[in-house]
Amino acid sequence: MRASRGSEANRWIWLAPSVLWLVFVLLLPLGFIIAVSFAERGLYGGVHWRFGLENYRRALDPLYFPIYARSFLMAAVTTALCLLIGYPVAYAIALRVNPKWKHALLVLSILPFWTSFLLRTYAWMFLLRAEGFVNTLLLTWGVIERPISWLLYSDFAVVIGQLYGELPFAILPLYVALERVDVRVIEAAMDLGANRWHVFWRVVVPLTRPGIITALVLVFIPSLGAFITPDLLGGAKSAMLGTVIQNQFVQRNPPMGSALSVLLILAVLALLLVAWRAAGVKERQ
Amino acid sequence: MATATSAIRVEGVTKRYGVVTALEAVSLEVERGEFLTLLGPSGSGKTTLLRVIAGLERPDEGRVYLGGEDVTDLPPYRRRVHTVFQQYVLFPHLNVYKNVAFGLEQKRLPRREIERRVAAALELVRLSGYERRWPHELSGGEQQRVALARALVLEPEALLLDEPLAALDLQLRKEMQRELKRLQREVGISFLMVTHDQEEALALSDRLAVIAGGRLQQIGTPREVYENPETAFVATFLGSANVFEAEVMARENGDALLALCGRTVRVSLNGRRLEGSRAQVAVRPEKIALRARPLRKTDLVQLEGVIEERLYLGDATHWRVRVGDHSVLVTEPNRPGSRAEAFRDGQRVFLCWARESIVVLSQ
Repeated sequence: MRASRGSEANRWIWLAPSVLWLVFVLLLPLGFIIAVSFAERGLYGGVHWRFGLENYRRALDPLYFPIYARSFLMAAVTTALCLLIGYPVAYAIALRVNPKWKHALLVLSILPFWTSFLLRTYAWMFLLRAEGFVNTLLLTWGVIERPISWLLYSDFAVVIGQLYGELPFAILPLYVALERVDVRVIEAAMDLGANRWHVFWRVVVPLTRPGIITALVLVFIPSLGAFITPDLLGGAKSAMLGTVIQNQFVQRNPPMGSALSVLLILAVLALLLVAWRAAGVKERQ
Repeated sequence: MATATSAIRVEGVTKRYGVVTALEAVSLEVERGEFLTLLGPSGSGKTTLLRVIAGLERPDEGRVYLGGEDVTDLPPYRRRVHTVFQQYVLFPHLNVYKNVAFGLEQKRLPRREIERRVAAALELVRLSGYERRWPHELSGGEQQRVALARALVLEPEALLLDEPLAALDLQLRKEMQRELKRLQREVGISFLMVTHDQEEALALSDRLAVIAGGRLQQIGTPREVYENPETAFVATFLGSANVFEAEVMARENGDALLALCGRTVRVSLNGRRLEGSRAQVAVRPEKIALRARPLRKTDLVQLEGVIEERLYLGDATHWRVRVGDHSVLVTEPNRPGSRAEAFRDGQRVFLCWARESIVVLSQ
C-alpha cells in the first residue's frame, strides 16, 4: 500500500510471469479451441474458417448421448471406488499409524507417479491380458480352467486403470483433511455417547467434507476426460468422451474435436460450481 | 457414606505409560451430589484419573464403579458420566443447538423431547437464544457454557470437569466459578473437577483431594485439608506453610512436647502418629503475628528474628524473617494502622503464634 512498495510498473514486473503463463498456456489455447469449435472441417484435415453451429448440433445429436452417459458412469464408478479405498487409507495414515511412519506411507502412496502414466498403463495390459500375470496365476492355482477374457479390453480394465491412476489424488486431500481432525473432538463425541460408527458418520465425515469434495473433484474431472486408459485398456465398443475427442483429432476433424472439448469443459465447470457451493456451505459454518 | 450411594468409586487404580507411572493405587469416592475437586500440580495424574473414569484410558489395575456398577470394561459411550474438556472441544461443524442435542440424538429420543431438553439445558447455562450460533462465534465463557449444557443435558451420574476454567481470563474465571457452584447446586449432580488452582479448589469443593506423583495425598473438606495438612507437600501446595524440624522430647495422651527453634512447645498430635525422635511441623504464615517487643507472660509461641525482606502485595504484605536456620514467611493483611508497616529490613522482631496453629505432619 505504501509508496515504498514500488510503483505501478514495478508491480506489473512481478506479475508478468504468471500473466504470461496464463495467457500463453491457458487463455490462448482455450480461445483457439473455442474458435476452432465454431469452424468447419477442411478438405484435408485442416480448418476451414467459416463459422457456424454445425459442430455443436452434431455433438448434441442423440447418437453421442450413450457415450456421454458411459463416460459419466465410468467416472462416477472410478470416483466412488477412489473414495471407498482412499478414505480408509488416508484415515489410517492420518490417525491410526505411528506418526514416524506417516511420511513414508504418504510417499509410497504417490510412488506410482515416478513413472509415466502411459508406461504404467502398458504394465496393466501385461498384467491383465489373456496370458498375463493374473490369468497365469489363477490357472496355475487351478482357480480357473480357462483365462478370464474380461480382464483386459473391458470396462473392468478401464476402471482398474483409472482407479490406479487417480487414487493418489483422492488420498492426498483426504489425508490433509483427516490430519486436521482434532482427536479430542472424537473423544468428546465418544464421551457424549457416540459409538465408533456414529463418531465416524456424525463427526469425522462432516469435519473432513472439504477434503472429500476436493478428492471428488480431483478424481472425477480427469476421469471424465480420460483417453489413455479407455484407449489402451477398453474394449473395441467402449467409446468414451476422451477417446471420441482424441479420434476426432486423429481423423482430421479438429473443429468437431474442439466442440466436444468445449462441451466437456462446460460440464466440468458446472460440476466445479456445484462442488464449490457444497464446500461453501461448510465454510460458513 | 454407604458405598451403594456413591456416584463414582475408584478402587486401586494404577495406570502406567511405559516406565512412567501416572497413577498408583488411587482409591477415591465421590458421593451423590458432591462437588469434589482433584487438586494437583501438572503431571500429577489428575487428568489421567478423569480420563480413566470417563473410559478414555484403561487402567492397568483397579476398578471403576459408577452408581455402584462396575464400568471398568465399558467403552466411554456406554458410561453415564460426561466430561467438560479443558478447551471445551465443541463440535465445530454443529451449531449450539446441535452440539447440545448431540448426546440426545445418539439415544434416538423423540425429536420433541430432544427440543425440550436442549431448551432446558441452554436455559440452565443462561444461553437461551444462542441455538443457531456457531461455536467459533462464541466467546470462551459462552463456549464453556455450551460444553456444560452438552454434558448436563444427558443427566449423567456425575460430571467430570477437566480444568474447565483454565482457559478463561481472571475476571471471567471468578464469574464462572460462582456459575459452576450454582449449576451444581441446581442440578444436584456430582461434580468431579480437576484443577491446579488452589483457590478454585477451596472455593468450590465440598471436599478436595490433593494428588501428586500419581498418588492421592489427602482428601477432606477444604477446611480440614487447609487447617490440618497431613504432609509437608500438602501444606506447601495448598496455600503456603512454614515447615520446621522439631525434636520430640516427650509424648503423652495424644500430645507431644517438641523442641522448636530452641523453645519447648506442647502440641496436639491430632491423632497423627509420631515415630522416632524428630518431627516436622507446619505453621501457616497468616497465623503468625509480628511484634516489635516480646509479650510477657503469654501462652503464645514466641521466636526472635530479623526482617529479611518485605513484599507489598496490595491487599497484604509478605515478610521474610530470619530465625536461626529458617527463613519464616509471615503474611499480614494491610489494614489501616497495621503496626507491621513500620518494620524495616534488618529490624529485630518477634514472631508469635498460638500453639494450636502448629500442625504436626506425617513423615
